[in-house]
Amino acid sequence: MLYAILCYADEETVFAWSKEEEAAVMGRLYAVQEPLAQAGKLGPTGRLMPTTAATTVRKGKEEPIVLDGPFAETKEALLGFYTVDVETLDEAVAFARQLSSVNPGSTAYEIRPFYVFHPGSVTG
Amino acid sequence: MTDPAWIDLALTAARPQAMGALLRYFRNLDTAEEAFQEACLRAIRTWPEKGPPRDPAAWLIFVGRNSGVDVIRKTARTTALPDETALSDLSDAEADMADRLDSSHYRDDILRLMFICCHPDLPATQQIALALRIVSGIGVPRIARAFLVSESAMEQRITRAKARVAKAGLPFEAPAATERAERLPPVMAMIYLVFNEGYSAGVSTPDVAALCDEAIRLGRLLLRIFPSEPEVMGLLALILLQHARRGARYDERGEMVLLEDQDRSLWDRRQIEEGLAVLDKAIRHRQPGPYQVQAAIAALHARAASAKDTNWAEIDLLYQVLERLSPSPVVTLNRAVAVSKAKGAGEGLLLLEPLGEALDGYFYFHGVRGALLAQAGETRAARDAFGRAIALANSPAEAAHIRQELDRLQDERPAS
Repeated sequence: MLYAILCYADEETVFAWSKEEEAAVMGRLYAVQEPLAQAGKLGPTGRLMPTTAATTVRKGKEEPIVLDGPFAETKEALLGFYTVDVETLDEAVAFARQLSSVNPGSTAYEIRPFYVFHPGSVTG
Repeated sequence: MTDPAWIDLALTAARPQAMGALLRYFRNLDTAEEAFQEACLRAIRTWPEKGPPRDPAAWLIFVGRNSGVDVIRKTARTTALPDETALSDLSDAEADMADRLDSSHYRDDILRLMFICCHPDLPATQQIALALRIVSGIGVPRIARAFLVSESAMEQRITRAKARVAKAGLPFEAPAATERAERLPPVMAMIYLVFNEGYSAGVSTPDVAALCDEAIRLGRLLLRIFPSEPEVMGLLALILLQHARRGARYDERGEMVLLEDQDRSLWDRRQIEEGLAVLDKAIRHRQPGPYQVQAAIAALHARAASAKDTNWAEIDLLYQVLERLSPSPVVTLNRAVAVSKAKGAGEGLLLLEPLGEALDGYFYFHGVRGALLAQAGETRAARDAFGRAIALANSPAEAAHIRQELDRLQDERPAS
C-alpha cells in the first residue's frame, strides 16, 4: 500500500532551530529513512518552506482568488512529507514512530493512503 | 519534548503571543514580564513530566495570568494563594479556552508588543535593545555582548527605555484599521534596525550574528500576522537575501570582501530561495514600496551566477524607483555604483557630484568616490578620497579594505 506521511509541527519552533540542531535532526531523520530507501520502499520526500512563503488559490464566487499564506491558520503547519510503499499500515506506523522519536519537536505525522500516485518527472 | 533545550525553544517561540496577551491583561510591562517568567518556570517544572501542552502559548497565557493575579493579590494581602497543583493540572480543555479567549487578540497583542519598542522618543539603540529583551526574550547579558557593552550598562539602557515607554503611555485599545496601518512602518523599521545591528557588525561573535536570525524570526512573525502586506513581504525577503551572503562577506583574516569578489558558492541557497519566493508573493500585489524594491535589487544579485552576470541596468532602474519612493542621498550613491557598472566610472562620478555636501561625513561615499576616481585614472583625487574614507571608517575591517585599495593605487603608480 502506498502512503503519504505528512509531517505537521509548530513552525515557530522548527524554524528557530540553530544550524547545528537542524543538521543533527536532519541527520537522524535521514538515518531512519535509509533502510526504507535501501528496500526500495521510499518514494519522493520533501521539506517545505515556512507558511509565510505560501500562497493559496481558493474558489471565489466567480473565479478563484489568490490569498497570501497557508490554506489554514493552524497551530501546527504542514512542513514536510514522505511517500512510502509498505506492506501494512503497521509498517507505516512503525516508520512514522521512528521519525517522531528522533524529531525533538512536537510533531504529528499523518499517515494517509493514496488513491492515485504519479511520481512525475520533476527531479528538483 | 522533554529535553530542556526543546522546552526552551518552545517557550521562546510562544513568547511574543503570550507576552502580548499578558501585557494586555496587566497593562504593565514589568508585571507582564514577571507573570511570563513565572509561567515559564512552571512549564519547565511540569512539561517534562506531563508532556508539552498542545498549545504552549495558550498554556503560558493561562498560567501567567493566574500567577500575575496571585502576585497582585499577595501584594494586596487580601486573598490566600490558590493551590499550585490546580494550576499545573491544566487540561487541554482549559488551554483551548484560553486560546479561544485570545486568538481574536493575537494579532493586535503581538503588534502592540512590537510597537511599544518603536516609540519615537527612543533612540535606535534603545529600540533594538528593548525589542530584543521584550519581544524576543533574549537575556540582558547576551544583549550586552551583542552590543559590546557591559551588562550593567545594558540593564540601565533597557530600564531607561522601559521607563520612557511607560511614561509615554502604552496603547492598549484594540487599534482601528488606520492605527494598525500606522503602527506597521515603525515596527518594520525596528526589525530592520535589529537586522542591521547584526549585519553591519563586521566579523562577528555568535551573539551578534544571532541578531540577524532574530530579525528574520520577527519578520516572519510580522508577516504571519499581516499575511497580505507586500511591504512586510519585501522586508522579510530583503533580510533573507542579505543574510544569505553572510558566509562570504569576510575572508579568513576578517577583512571585508566586496559583493563582486564574494565566493557565491558560500551564499546560503536555502535562504535565497525563501527570499525569492517571498519577494515573488510581494510583487504580485503591484504595490511597490522601499523594502520590496531593495529586496528586488538584492534578488538580482542573488540570481546572478557571477558578478559579471549582474544585471546592472536593471539595478539602476530599481534605484531610480527607490529614489522616487524614498529619496535620499544614500540611495543616489548606491545608484551611482550601479550606473558606473552599467555605463562606466565617469557616469557614476557625475551622479556623485551633487552629493558631496550631504554625504561628506559618510565613509561609504568617499570609498565609492575613491574607487570610481581610481577607475577613471584620477589617481591623486582617488588617493584623497580614500584618505577621507579611512578617517571615517566605522570598523577596522572597513579601514583595512580602503588601505588595500590605496595599496593598489600605489602599485599602479610607476605605470601612471
